[in-house]
Amino acid sequence: MIELLAPALLAGLAVALVAGPMGSFVVWRRMAFFGDTLAHGALLGAALALALDVNLYLAVVVACLAIAGALAGLQQQRQITGDTLLGIVAHTTLALGVIAISLQRSVQVDLFAYLFGDLLAVSWDDVLALWAGAVVILVLLAWHWRALLSITVNEDLAQVEGVPVTRTRLILMLLLALLIAGAIRTVGVLLITSLLVIPAAGARRLSRTPEQMAALASLLGLAAVSLGLAMSWFADTPVGPSIVVAAAVLFGFTLLRRPDA
Amino acid sequence: MSRQRSDTGTLVAVHGAGLAYGAHSVLDDVSLTLEPGRITTLIGPNGAGKSTLARLVLGLARPDRGRVERRPGLRVGYMPQHLQVDESLPLTVDRFLWLAAPGRTRARRDALQRTGVAHLRRRAVRGLSGGEMQRVLLARALLRKPDLLVLDEPAQGVDVAGQDALYGLLGQVRDETGCGILLISHDLHLVMARTDQVVCLHHHVCCSGTPEAVSRDPAYHRLFGPSGGMPNLAVYTHDHDHDHDLSGDPHHDHHGHTGGHHHD
Repeated sequence: MIELLAPALLAGLAVALVAGPMGSFVVWRRMAFFGDTLAHGALLGAALALALDVNLYLAVVVACLAIAGALAGLQQQRQITGDTLLGIVAHTTLALGVIAISLQRSVQVDLFAYLFGDLLAVSWDDVLALWAGAVVILVLLAWHWRALLSITVNEDLAQVEGVPVTRTRLILMLLLALLIAGAIRTVGVLLITSLLVIPAAGARRLSRTPEQMAALASLLGLAAVSLGLAMSWFADTPVGPSIVVAAAVLFGFTLLRRPDA
Repeated sequence: MSRQRSDTGTLVAVHGAGLAYGAHSVLDDVSLTLEPGRITTLIGPNGAGKSTLARLVLGLARPDRGRVERRPGLRVGYMPQHLQVDESLPLTVDRFLWLAAPGRTRARRDALQRTGVAHLRRRAVRGLSGGEMQRVLLARALLRKPDLLVLDEPAQGVDVAGQDALYGLLGQVRDETGCGILLISHDLHLVMARTDQVVCLHHHVCCSGTPEAVSRDPAYHRLFGPSGGMPNLAVYTHDHDHDHDLSGDPHHDHHGHTGGHHHD
């Protein structure tokens, strides 16, 4: 049992750890739908990786950044509002991704695994790659923490105070793309947003500072991954959705506490 | 009055700046010079382009025509008109100030003391009243030890006594640090007397100069009406028979009048 569960648990924990602070930014900056769109686009990246036989993580990161860039460009026009635009791009890229994956004739691809994750299939190599990615993201986050927080509170004030606003925004996009690339194999593209948003939302009610919220979101995410895996093991439920349900249940418990700040 | 700055050149110079949003011209051939140790007030009706001009000065926008020169290495403290922190973000006042001044707690506590809101340091930013938030924003701007302080409608939502205290504090800061100050206001009353230079803006500069000169200028009266948009407009001079702390409470009440400010 432990040989089978250990890589899955370690991989899930790496994603959950990073999803805490990243999810906090997604919540603070109201980027949930944006993150969802990037995740949907990630499927297109994965399909291209299969078709062109290139590294999956690299292809997903590139696809996410391309979509983020395209969205920034499309938002210059004013007739279609941001959320509508996200809806168009999210579902178009998802549809294209599903078509592209179903067209792969050379390899048998489990579409379900990409959509909802297949944590039990990760190898030790994947675990290593995920933890390496997690460390990179956490270091970059810590390094740019004050700038990231500054532009989140008020971009004008941040710019006047000398924070490179555009560069900091790009760093946040890049980190989000990296996280999604890692999470695609664990919870799948359809459930990534939930792992970002639910633990952070739960942590909000228990925190007085941004740092507390980020750390608590990580803890809630770690607990959700552990509980979800256990549920999957004992009740034979799909892993990704089990983790999301566990996160939602934990969030439900935080509602019992009165917010104090 | 001590001038601590060694560098005394012009802080920001706007030369013939023009800016339009689509077909709508917001600023047309506007020039403005900000000097160290001088308080400049930008007045004009709503929608006259005051905030846009401030954004040019702050480097947050670029003019379509003309140019904006800023002294190299200029440190700017900015107090925006509104600042709304999203409710999803838990943030104490101290943490908010830390974003501008990550050093020791001491400096942040002193800055809050200065603006009269030291007791708010551990409070959540979200629960602050409008007036409290403005004190906190001013503390954040001061923490940067600015060469130039830009305040957008600082007196909004503050009562007359509180405004008086605020302008008094700004005068003190100017005297102590020698910084230049740019104030934006559509409320002319108290502002005028505390100001070295008034610029009257309505997409273009209608008139500018000392408060006395501007208040006699026909262009000023065309813009604000014969009484300057206010009953009894005269340059306000404050007689110091009592003073106020920043929350606007009189410390002592001379002739038994509360809030009985004489504006004539």
